[in-house]
Amino acid sequence: MKIILNKVKLINPDQNLDETNDVLIENGIIKKIGNITKDDFEKAEVFEFDGKICVPGLFDMHVHFCEPGREDTETVITGSNAAANGGFTGVACMPNTNPTIDSAEVVNFIKKKAEKHLVDVHPIGAVSKDRKGEHLAPIAELVTAGAVAFSDDGVAVKTASLLRNALEYLKMYDLPIIEHCEDVSMAGGAMNEGSVSTLLGLPAIPTVAEDLTVIRDIAVADYVGGSIHIAHISSKKAVQAVREAKAKGIKVTSEVTPHHFLLTDESLDSYDSNYKMNPPLRTEEDVQAMIEGLKDGTIDCIASDHAPHSIEEKEAEFIYAPNGILGLETQLGLALSELVHKNHLTINQLVEKLSINPRKILNLPIPQIKVGEIANLTIIDPDEVWTVDIKKFYSKSKNSPFDKRLLTGKSVAVINKSKMFMDGTFKEI
Amino acid sequence: MSLNIKHLLGLQDVSKNDIQLILDTATTFREVLDRPIKKVPTLKGTTIVNLFYENSTRTRLSFELAEKRLSADTLNFSTSNSSAKKGETFKDTVRNIEAMKIDMIVVRHESAGVPLYLTKISKASIINAGDGRHEHPTQALLDMYSIKERLGKLQGLKVCIVGDISHSRVALSNIFGLKTMGAKVSLCAPPTMLPKNIEQFGVKIYHDINKAVAENDVLNVLRIQLERDAGTTIPSLREYHNYFGVTAEVIEKKIIKIF
Ligand SMILES: [Zn+2]
Repeated sequence: MKIILNKVKLINPDQNLDETNDVLIENGIIKKIGNITKDDFEKAEVFEFDGKICVPGLFDMHVHFCEPGREDTETVITGSNAAANGGFTGVACMPNTNPTIDSAEVVNFIKKKAEKHLVDVHPIGAVSKDRKGEHLAPIAELVTAGAVAFSDDGVAVKTASLLRNALEYLKMYDLPIIEHCEDVSMAGGAMNEGSVSTLLGLPAIPTVAEDLTVIRDIAVADYVGGSIHIAHISSKKAVQAVREAKAKGIKVTSEVTPHHFLLTDESLDSYDSNYKMNPPLRTEEDVQAMIEGLKDGTIDCIASDHAPHSIEEKEAEFIYAPNGILGLETQLGLALSELVHKNHLTINQLVEKLSINPRKILNLPIPQIKVGEIANLTIIDPDEVWTVDIKKFYSKSKNSPFDKRLLTGKSVAVINKSKMFMDGTFKEI
Repeated sequence: MSLNIKHLLGLQDVSKNDIQLILDTATTFREVLDRPIKKVPTLKGTTIVNLFYENSTRTRLSFELAEKRLSADTLNFSTSNSSAKKGETFKDTVRNIEAMKIDMIVVRHESAGVPLYLTKISKASIINAGDGRHEHPTQALLDMYSIKERLGKLQGLKVCIVGDISHSRVALSNIFGLKTMGAKVSLCAPPTMLPKNIEQFGVKIYHDINKAVAENDVLNVLRIQLERDAGTTIPSLREYHNYFGVTAEVIEKKIIKIF
């Protein structure tokens, strides 16, 4: 089958590509860029993408798909549907499932579930058995099965010595450890510690809990020569620590979620648990530091930390409600509205943060917009104004604080693995 | 005159007029206690649920007694947090209670924010009987009532709250209420017992109990929770007692100064 993406703006910073052209895709392969004949037009399904942007398929390197274990909140398929609807053609899913992704069986189980889906689902293996921080998980076995990185997400790797050994061991594969940075002795609060937590009377987590672990991890990575990726960075001092480490040539990268570059702890004054996450929403100063970090490259990518929870769980009393919010279906719109349209990032920089860099960090090939390549693409309308409606989410859960928010810019279509998702339907192309 | 507030969630946003009205009304009810029949019909026909998610027999009994003396119909719903966490959700429990056509809910909960949440899912008036370490407005009103009863006023008084402010739910309520009524509020505690940025409320901080006693008209002394605090926020109860204890000796120094 042939399709033509007509008059679309092609952007791929990885290829220095920035031009408007027509693209012919046949059986999922890019066959022509420009020089499309009348005959091609007659035989193909033509999509008029004038004013739209076509980029290498977006990639979210931090999602929770809850399968196996909590299929009532999300499955590999519903999560992948949400990803496609949000403009993503690839994700990396965290291992805090039940059972944990700490064996080849679980990696294979997830990959099998995602096999026929448009979205590439890459499991992240646990660093330690059952994420308990005691014994190393079978890292070689997990890499062989297809794990693209390692993390005990939900918590940091428990001890510096285990982290050191995991980093040493991973040098064999040049894959990173993704760290949820939080000093466990200071953990356990329900929000950020500061003026607002004192006013609201909620137990709180100080930013220094994050800073300490970021600094520990950088020191260990420096000593070992391994790669650390800081997940969902949220504190100003942590960003500064990463900035300084990068300047010294230490192999550290970082990601930020849309809620951490956008919202502050002031949002919690209604005790709405859709604003409860870990790391917690910080202060305006931290939010500004996230934007600065994105601008100067200290923060390499944007990731959602997509964390589905049932309504019943989220409606619990605030201190009992679980941490985390959905992100896949609002992330691109939030990033375009808040970063691109507010002139913090160019569209090229955004493509780096949402498509190129996460793949680089995970050592995955970057989709090329070139003749002969597999079409792995996201088509974006940067100017479409739309309202978030949780009822229309493809995710099985609804826990988002962004319901009813007006956004500018969204994904129009995604293409990958000879499949296309557009206007709410998947089809073979 | 009537109250401007429908709920009593905390004293943060309660006006001076409302606090004054509550304290004045309490004075008239106080007299009821001296009568042979300690009951008035004020709340006749009103149904009140005491929803206690934390063990606090003393607070619950105080509410229950007050409700009965005002002729309200009362229902008690007490549960430990563990059992509430399992089984039906908090929202289900409230919906079931709401179906009984009640007028008021008095709620005590370990989680801050529960009283505010109740106002969103129930039509009843909500009285906060303590939420987490947030507010406990009725206790603060009682504290203010006691001060006023002894010293005749609140305006211009210097009141120092002594003890574990961090884990207290009455400290914030007292700070808000007393300041609204024109008192000057200070705190006396080791820094480990003061929550982050508490100075934002315009309170003076003491770390010297003798100084706090010397410079204030009233001390409001909070309980120290032994199990939790000893060894972590304070080295020992002995050391706390020696440096922050409001002992007879500490008080005597002040009395000697006055006379
Ligand atoms: Zn995490």
